[in-house]
Amino acid sequence: MITGRAFKFGSGISTDQIIPGRFAYLRSNLPELAKHAMEDADPTFVSRVNEGDFIVAGSNFGLGSSREHAPLVIKMAGVRAVLAKSVARIFFRNAINLGLPVLLCDTDSINESDKLEIDLQEGTIRDITNDSRLTFAKIPGIMLQILNEGGLLPYLSKYGDFRLPSVR
Amino acid sequence: MSGTLAEKILSDKSGGEAGAGDIVIAQVDLVFVQDTTGPLTVRQFQAAGFKRPVSSIKAALFLDHAAPSPNRELADDHSFLRGFARQTGCFLFDVGDGVCHQIVAESLARPGDLILGTDSHTVTAGGLGAFACGMGSTDGAIALGLGKTWLRVPESISVILSGRFSPGVYAKDLIIYLIGRIGADGATYRSLEFGGDTVSVMSVPERLTVSNMAVEAGAKVGLFPADEMTRDYLATQGRVSDYRPLSPDQSALYEDTIEINVAELEPMVSKPHTVDNTAPARELRGTEIQQVVIGTCTNGRIDDLAVAAKIIQGKRRCPRTRLVVVPASRGVLQEAVAAGYIQTLLEAGAVILPPGCGPCLGLHQGVLGAGENCLSTANRNFKGRMGNPDAFIYLGSPATAAATALRGEIADPREFL
Repeated sequence: MITGRAFKFGSGISTDQIIPGRFAYLRSNLPELAKHAMEDADPTFVSRVNEGDFIVAGSNFGLGSSREHAPLVIKMAGVRAVLAKSVARIFFRNAINLGLPVLLCDTDSINESDKLEIDLQEGTIRDITNDSRLTFAKIPGIMLQILNEGGLLPYLSKYGDFRLPSVR
Repeated sequence: MSGTLAEKILSDKSGGEAGAGDIVIAQVDLVFVQDTTGPLTVRQFQAAGFKRPVSSIKAALFLDHAAPSPNRELADDHSFLRGFARQTGCFLFDVGDGVCHQIVAESLARPGDLILGTDSHTVTAGGLGAFACGMGSTDGAIALGLGKTWLRVPESISVILSGRFSPGVYAKDLIIYLIGRIGADGATYRSLEFGGDTVSVMSVPERLTVSNMAVEAGAKVGLFPADEMTRDYLATQGRVSDYRPLSPDQSALYEDTIEINVAELEPMVSKPHTVDNTAPARELRGTEIQQVVIGTCTNGRIDDLAVAAKIIQGKRRCPRTRLVVVPASRGVLQEAVAAGYIQTLLEAGAVILPPGCGPCLGLHQGVLGAGENCLSTANRNFKGRMGNPDAFIYLGSPATAAATALRGEIADPREFL
């Protein structure tokens, strides 16, 4: 069970807004890079977010670049999960590879700063602030295994190779 | 084996019958990284305990996004990647060689290949019939080390093209139109597969432009069949032996079919700040443009520079509008010099940048000022993309860009033919 506050964003938040290309010179200095997380979507984000909070977005979150630095700086900023109506393919894969859960659900009922309680195993989100409950889409088998191990590197260090789940 | 192009290639690479929705573990032919995603890829590769790329794959490093380096941090990243190439024997394409996607098309991609690049526009090589797919650094690192990756076999959307392009209308207008029609997430997780009688007369460079932007509709890949046009292109690159024909089966199942008569298309523009925010160029007349960019992995090929040079020949750019030209590769630049296009563009007042990504992603070489408008032949116009969240980016074809540079405001290139 994880608990935190919601930071709401709209639809179509691109990787250029999550971590702008102009900061590419900081990509070998990740602590400095992470200070610019979400900067072109909300310049105040990094100063307000706390360890354990959530990003709650509309549709097609993370579209654009393949830069893994996008989910990386979100994670480094303290975000524990990204909730969105839909998410761009490469961002989804990158986030799971870094052990950052991406939960697909109807985010309309969640408001800015709502306190959320998420049960990753049960697949449920409780909005404590407005006393409502949501479910999120099941994460596909192999991605769930990777997420459960904390990311692709720990997954491979455990299994040594890709393993297809026995039941699709 | 029967299926879509995606299913056929992934069946071949996974050694079984791969159908849409299946998860497969597939052998990879080529893994490549570029200078802004490469350092993290190499660090993840080393963190996973790998020493050198597995011998079953081709591995390539490209210094193209910030080339030559604009500052010491990126210079250090370049040194780091050069060192890795020296230690491991990866192909290294250094500053000035060109954009990774152009060089992959010219020199490395083969029909039927599975290609992973740590860059979203890896989809470009779909124009040659390669299942070419962008991934992040960790996925790239593991593919370098293991020679394989896991993939969900995508459902496919069939795009059937008929008719012939009208004068002044190009492949770029087609893909902008398509993205406007289906939306920036209209093909998310899908394979966009192009067919129909128009395809047989579309050159590989035109196909590369279309495939390049498949990701702007969310697609995993944008695939063309490999046919005589593909064979001709590979022959001009001196590698006809890399050719093999590839086409979808008649019985292939598609999730959706989209029919487009390209004869009905007109010059199209994506407006700020999303690629799917499209309009005909003629509706945007009067929009003042401070900078025009012709180049990038979308439209920096010799045919693109030829189209622009023909429109610009003997004229000068509008004094209020900077004209920035970025050939996609060293080979393109050399050809453009030999053909006189560079001279034409210089006489018109253009700035010629070294082959590479140029100002496309906002690192250097043409960052926009606050409130400025740019019309670019690139593939993305997101807020902040060209280095300034207070600037505005329009996307169009090389012809639209050239016409716009002459007029100083967005122009319909058909008035300049």
